[in-house]
Amino acid sequence: MTDVIQHDVVVLGGGGAGLRAAIAIAQLDPRLSVGIVSKVYPMRSHTVAAEGGAGAVIKANDSLDAHASDTIRGSDWLADQDAVEVFVREAPGQLIQLEHWGCPWSRDADGHVAVRPFGGMKIERTWFAADKTGFHLLHTLFQTSLKYEQIRRYDEWFATRLLIEDGRCQGLTAIELRTGQLRCIAAKAFILCTGGAGRIFPFTTNGAIKTGDGMALAFRAGVPLKDLEFVQYHPTGLPGTGILITEAARGEGGILVNRHGRRYLQDYNLGTPLDVTDPHHPQKNTMELGPRDRLSQAFIREREKGNTIEGRYGDVVHLDVRHLGEKKIDKKIPFVRELCKNYAGIDPVHELIPVRPVVHYMMGGIHTDVHGATCVPGLFAAGECACVSINGSNRLGSNSLAEILVFGARAGAAAAQLATSGPAPNLSSLLAQLADEQQRIARDFINKQGGTRRIADIRLEMNHTMENGAGIFRDESSLKQTCRTLTDLRDAFRDVRLDDRSLCFNTELTSAIELGCMLDVAQALACSALARTESRGSHQRTDFPNRDDKQFLKHSLAYRTEQGPPRIEYLDVVITRWPPGERVYGK
Amino acid sequence: MPDQQVTLSVFRYRPGQDAEPVFQEYQVPYHDDWVVLDALNWIKESVDGTLAYRWSCRMGVCGSCGMMVNGVPRLTCAAFLREYYPAPIRVEPLANFPVERDLIIDLDGFLEKLKSVKPWVIRDGVDSATNGEYLQTPGQLARFKQYSMCINCMLCYAACPVVGLETNFIGPAALALALRYNLDSRDQGNAQRQQLLGSDEGAMACTFVGECTTVCPKNVDPAGAVQQEKVLAVNDWYYNVLVPWGKR
Repeated sequence: MTDVIQHDVVVLGGGGAGLRAAIAIAQLDPRLSVGIVSKVYPMRSHTVAAEGGAGAVIKANDSLDAHASDTIRGSDWLADQDAVEVFVREAPGQLIQLEHWGCPWSRDADGHVAVRPFGGMKIERTWFAADKTGFHLLHTLFQTSLKYEQIRRYDEWFATRLLIEDGRCQGLTAIELRTGQLRCIAAKAFILCTGGAGRIFPFTTNGAIKTGDGMALAFRAGVPLKDLEFVQYHPTGLPGTGILITEAARGEGGILVNRHGRRYLQDYNLGTPLDVTDPHHPQKNTMELGPRDRLSQAFIREREKGNTIEGRYGDVVHLDVRHLGEKKIDKKIPFVRELCKNYAGIDPVHELIPVRPVVHYMMGGIHTDVHGATCVPGLFAAGECACVSINGSNRLGSNSLAEILVFGARAGAAAAQLATSGPAPNLSSLLAQLADEQQRIARDFINKQGGTRRIADIRLEMNHTMENGAGIFRDESSLKQTCRTLTDLRDAFRDVRLDDRSLCFNTELTSAIELGCMLDVAQALACSALARTESRGSHQRTDFPNRDDKQFLKHSLAYRTEQGPPRIEYLDVVITRWPPGERVYGK
Repeated sequence: MPDQQVTLSVFRYRPGQDAEPVFQEYQVPYHDDWVVLDALNWIKESVDGTLAYRWSCRMGVCGSCGMMVNGVPRLTCAAFLREYYPAPIRVEPLANFPVERDLIIDLDGFLEKLKSVKPWVIRDGVDSATNGEYLQTPGQLARFKQYSMCINCMLCYAACPVVGLETNFIGPAALALALRYNLDSRDQGNAQRQQLLGSDEGAMACTFVGECTTVCPKNVDPAGAVQQEKVLAVNDWYYNVLVPWGKR
């Protein structure tokens, strides 16, 4: 009989949220055994690429209410305000905890942690470790996790299915990439921390691994995906590669200009620019420090007006940081200079940086409560793959790194509690499901006869239809076309063929499974966007240009159906102390 | 496809299928802004789905895509075809590691070494974050910051002649990481790390070839770290052997 690996809690994903959850469990109850299953080694997780910083109230001029207010206004009132209050209250403690674990936060001269402004903030509150904050945060968590012997890692194990028995999540199957064997891991609680799904779009800051696996696994297990239509475009990515140029470049004073050298954001209700030599530049909550959705939308309008600059990989505008000078650039945003020099052949000390909006972050994800719990007992989620929701229709810059810590730790605590009291997994049923999953993978991929379509071709078609139909601006006809194309692509996916039929490190097989996940997430996204006939935050419908609180002060919930597109339901947003109002920037 | 092409000669090995490694040649379209990783992705997507390698961020920070490019350890996301064109480019797995398959190496040993230096903040007594942040001046931060920049890409292990000969040598990245915590004003674990660092498997095994620092894509300067640790280890020996009663 095949062995079932058993733990008390299993975390899927070894990025910031997953590691934080695992450490929380290890600290709360050292008797619990924790497994971390990840398709990559933890230090490869995409948390590593976050640059600018993490938001939390630490300075005397700031307040929890101010952080909550900026977050809610940024979300265009789609965030749940009870969740936001929990988040802003717990974020400072989490960042201090990271400080105690050795995170090299940048400091003020007196030794206190330094902060800087990010877009959409009325008060600066972004902690940073130069401009490699995610990198330092991830490595600090990873290195700290090494001291807990009860945390067992399954690096390069690729999860393929959640095993639901008696209505509870009791196990998962995963391919051990080194051997190609499908394994079964049982636990009393599971936490999904698999990150976003930016790779469903053609042009993204996200690494190759961001394929929405956890979202798709939960969706197939019966958990709805919430607010998936809200996709954050970061306004400043390098053309071609999509490499992120952090918002910190603007937080430190960088400006955006069009082909005429005009700071065009002043034409989009984002305030009046101050000269870069003015001591009050950059102004918080204004111009280049407006929110990400507004800045990305302004780019499209500039392109329509012919004000952008033609580049090799499409139109761009220019990010200018030259006036900051070499010393400040090297101290505050050294990674920006490194990336520009190594990947674009540009030295931002002397040259303009070509940038364009690029898919960056999924506000939506697996529907959870403030403890990370989903509607399936035993199944939790945290981080970008989850939707609590604190981000609503547009995430405030620098909230995501704080979010993975706050809700990673909370999900860890809730899972630990369940694991101490919950029922034991039913191993014989899990083995039956394992056998079923083995047959599915063999039938659909490894031993498949016939099949004509290459993975890359289907993926490219998916990328293009998402960009064309579900990009920064959308309308009914573009979304309907995208939904139709996605249906066709799901059929095409059944006809996929693999060159590689071997077991050891079959990365073509994992690419195929990832593509299946992305198609599920893409379809849920497009269908949710089609159903939301209003414009809010990052979801801009040209045929419904206004926010409609009467109908849509609600979260979308996309449920998987046996056949056909997902079923969309709605759930009221929780409003506590911040009634919906107008989003005002530049004043 | 553009007119210009470049030849990639790629190391192939599939356990259970290939008796021994072979080099397979691929003709790849040449673009002056493509990196070696772009060429590998083109091969995998367009002509040969069986080629196996690791990659993710393609911006030099996840540390996955290190390989030998014409015999030199490189991050393939930052190695431009134009550096080699029109000559053929040879791509191999990182040297000094066992090969799992094709360009994928086994890093179990590396991770054990990383863990062996106790790369976490060690405090005397119980540490509680509820008392607020530790103060650390920019000057104190600057003492260790450089050594905290390692992305675990392992290029330095592939470049180090001692790693190739002495399998137990902790190696450049792990030694630099140990120094990173030893120099951190918040850490009190120096004594716990010193025994390993001063042992035959630690800094003293280094022959100071300096290749680790040459190939490091993040300017961590592991060679400099190892030299600092040698000095500390010698001081340790001095105190322990010659003045064992002396106050530390």
